[in-house]
Amino acid sequence: MRRLLLAGWLILLSFSAHGVIETYQFDTDVQRARYHHFIEELRCPKCQNQNLSGSDSAISKDLRRQIHQMIMDDKSDIEITQYMVARYGDFILYRPQFNAATAVLWLTPLALLLLGLLVWWRMAATRAKPKLLSDQALSVTEQQQLKDLLDEENSASKDGGNK
Amino acid sequence: MQRLKLFIPLLVFVALAAMFFGVERRVQRGEYAPTDLPSALVNRPLPAFSLPALDDGRTLTNSDIQGEWFLLNVWATWCPTCHYEHPFLVALADQGVKIVSVDYKDNAKAAQRWLAEKGNPYVATLFDEAGDFGLDLGVTGAPETYLVDAAGIVRFRYQGALDQAIWGREFAPLIAGLAAPSAELSQ
Repeated sequence: MRRLLLAGWLILLSFSAHGVIETYQFDTDVQRARYHHFIEELRCPKCQNQNLSGSDSAISKDLRRQIHQMIMDDKSDIEITQYMVARYGDFILYRPQFNAATAVLWLTPLALLLLGLLVWWRMAATRAKPKLLSDQALSVTEQQQLKDLLDEENSASKDGGNK
Repeated sequence: MQRLKLFIPLLVFVALAAMFFGVERRVQRGEYAPTDLPSALVNRPLPAFSLPALDDGRTLTNSDIQGEWFLLNVWATWCPTCHYEHPFLVALADQGVKIVSVDYKDNAKAAQRWLAEKGNPYVATLFDEAGDFGLDLGVTGAPETYLVDAAGIVRFRYQGALDQAIWGREFAPLIAGLAAPSAELSQ
């Protein structure tokens, strides 16, 4: 049983090993790391939601080759990003730069968070209201009323106890 | 007031349903395709190129084709939609529209045969075997058609096959706009 559970866990934990297998040669591990970073972070322009590493389309193949080429030519990260954005627009970046066209993408989560906080704050305020009222000191007449009620109660329970 | 609050989820649902229905109808009518990307090239100069011509292999550059407005059509023999689009391009060329083409990641022999058999609507065809110019154009597939003005500025990019409806809706108004300023200048 334990072994079965372990096997189940391992299946759940195994990360999806997607991505295409291409053999690109790199001189250093940094170049290899940069290449993998780029193909994970750039979106396939032909696909709706796949990065370059996960896509088998012809254009992704070309773009991977281009990235490898640019890395081997010692182009900086910014140069590679600018090259891609100049051709495919902000769409190609999974984390697009902040500008007028992408503002809605960046700001919507923040706006929703603020809205949620506002709703939470309003709800919390409504719930806290009765408590606040009870904290106020009682007026003289209210105190008298309370006293009368308590006296009534006490005498009633005494009577009940006697019976 | 408290009662009305109960209807908020329903109202949200109705609003969303109306929105999705509207988008879906535009997709069905072909007015909107969610997969189409805005081209990063629009209102920018056509990228520089130096490519062999498909027919005789002479090197063509921007100065060989620019000077008046033209269409730049990206096609390939491996592209089924290009088969569908081709007769319309031939018809456009017959009307006097200048069409330059990019034979994108293709086999030269097959492409030459295609033009010989189906008619050649192009004033020139750039043979982009490796797809480098395609990359510079931001091509994601074929067919794609770019409208380039007399100054060599890309005005519009259409992804997919051209036909009469798309021509009338997307290209004709832009081309009328291109023609107007030059007419004013010549007066």
